[in-house]
Amino acid sequence: MVDQGPFFQRDRDWHPPAFTPQYKTSVLRSPQQALLSLENTISEMTGPVFGHDKIGPLDNDLIRNYVQTGEPIGQRIIVYGRVLDENARPVPGALVEFWQANAGGRYRHKKETYLAPIDPNFGGCGRTITDEEGRYRFRTIKPGAYPWPNGVNDWRPAHIHFSIFGHAFAQRLITQMYFEGDPMIWQCPIVSTIPDQAAIEQLVAALDRNNTLPMDALAYKFDIVLRGRRSTMFENRMEGN
Amino acid sequence: MVQKLGFLKESPSQTAGPYVHIGTTPNWVEITGVWKEDLGLVLVGPETKGERIIVKGHVYDGAGDPLKDALIEIWQADAEGFYNSPQERRGRADPNFAGWGRQPADGVTGEYKFETIKPGRVPYKDGRLMAPHITFWIVARGINIGLHTRMYFGDEDAANAECPVLARIAHKARIPTLVATRGVENGLPTYTFDIHLQGEKETVFFDI
Repeated sequence: MVDQGPFFQRDRDWHPPAFTPQYKTSVLRSPQQALLSLENTISEMTGPVFGHDKIGPLDNDLIRNYVQTGEPIGQRIIVYGRVLDENARPVPGALVEFWQANAGGRYRHKKETYLAPIDPNFGGCGRTITDEEGRYRFRTIKPGAYPWPNGVNDWRPAHIHFSIFGHAFAQRLITQMYFEGDPMIWQCPIVSTIPDQAAIEQLVAALDRNNTLPMDALAYKFDIVLRGRRSTMFENRMEGN
Repeated sequence: MVQKLGFLKESPSQTAGPYVHIGTTPNWVEITGVWKEDLGLVLVGPETKGERIIVKGHVYDGAGDPLKDALIEIWQADAEGFYNSPQERRGRADPNFAGWGRQPADGVTGEYKFETIKPGRVPYKDGRLMAPHITFWIVARGINIGLHTRMYFGDEDAANAECPVLARIAHKARIPTLVATRGVENGLPTYTFDIHLQGEKETVFFDI
């Protein structure tokens, strides 16, 4: 499938702004000048494609892809959903990467010092490519909450990080998924960088009992929306209308 | 009330956080055996056409300190100015050059480095040629939404002077923030492109 047309302009009142002082690291890492608005050129309307040959059979199974002595400890879950664009069209062939802490909130990273132990059987990374309907799916352990040095007693809600490649570099997105019903979502200075409550709710995955595997794993549904493109219904210009 | 237009909203961005490497360059943080190699570390092979170059630099915060946890991605055309993407309709790109790279900043020094090729020129939407450039995307702890910018080449004065995108920058004094200086390292042309997130030397970032 070949897309057409430039992308809808990003709604930067829906996304978090760069400068959000309650998230302290953003203070020195936020540009102060206005962004330069640029109509899409071919440099942004194109993007890399990743073939299925890059993906190993266990890449979307975090319960088994780092096994050393046995399976990791924690609540077994399935996370699934679709990658769509703003026109509600599926985005097939999208590379989705995800990473997370273990059940105790500990990341496997050399700069991480939280006292909760690492799980010898949990790496915390996975990836997959969406199918022709834009669907993706992976199996993992539900991550734990995690304290971080921001305020003196700030904790991240349970979350899974997502990195998504659409069909163009203009669609490139990194975000985080949260879990339905977690009270810490509404206390988190990173979540609250997003100004609009409806936008925050778009990042909260719903518990889905219908896709749960009985006696095995709970399921959470998390759809991701990338930027949509203008149609080329009126072909008065080669580059789209 | 009027009829709803029916569009979905884009998923809002969140910071990549300090441990972005776990999911993007796991081997680099010693999570080995999950996948064979990290994506995007190697751009060129023996068959790739074009002039080999090194692109390197640091990403600095508003206090002038280098970010040691940034992740940098680049996207560029091949030596003839074609993108290796299904969206490219002008011709076929060099099959031995994907055009995409990803590198973490060094955990101690904050330096990032790509070995790539110098891209050819590609057209702006009205057909005029843009100057050779590499598109950058930067994420890190403290960056709420990925930052887009472009690197242009310090030895392309004539092309830079007529680039329709550089011409869009009203404050001409800011154009040099997008132009990398050329030097030589290990016998290879080396372009140093430092990115300043904030302050006097703030890099131009794009809303594309």
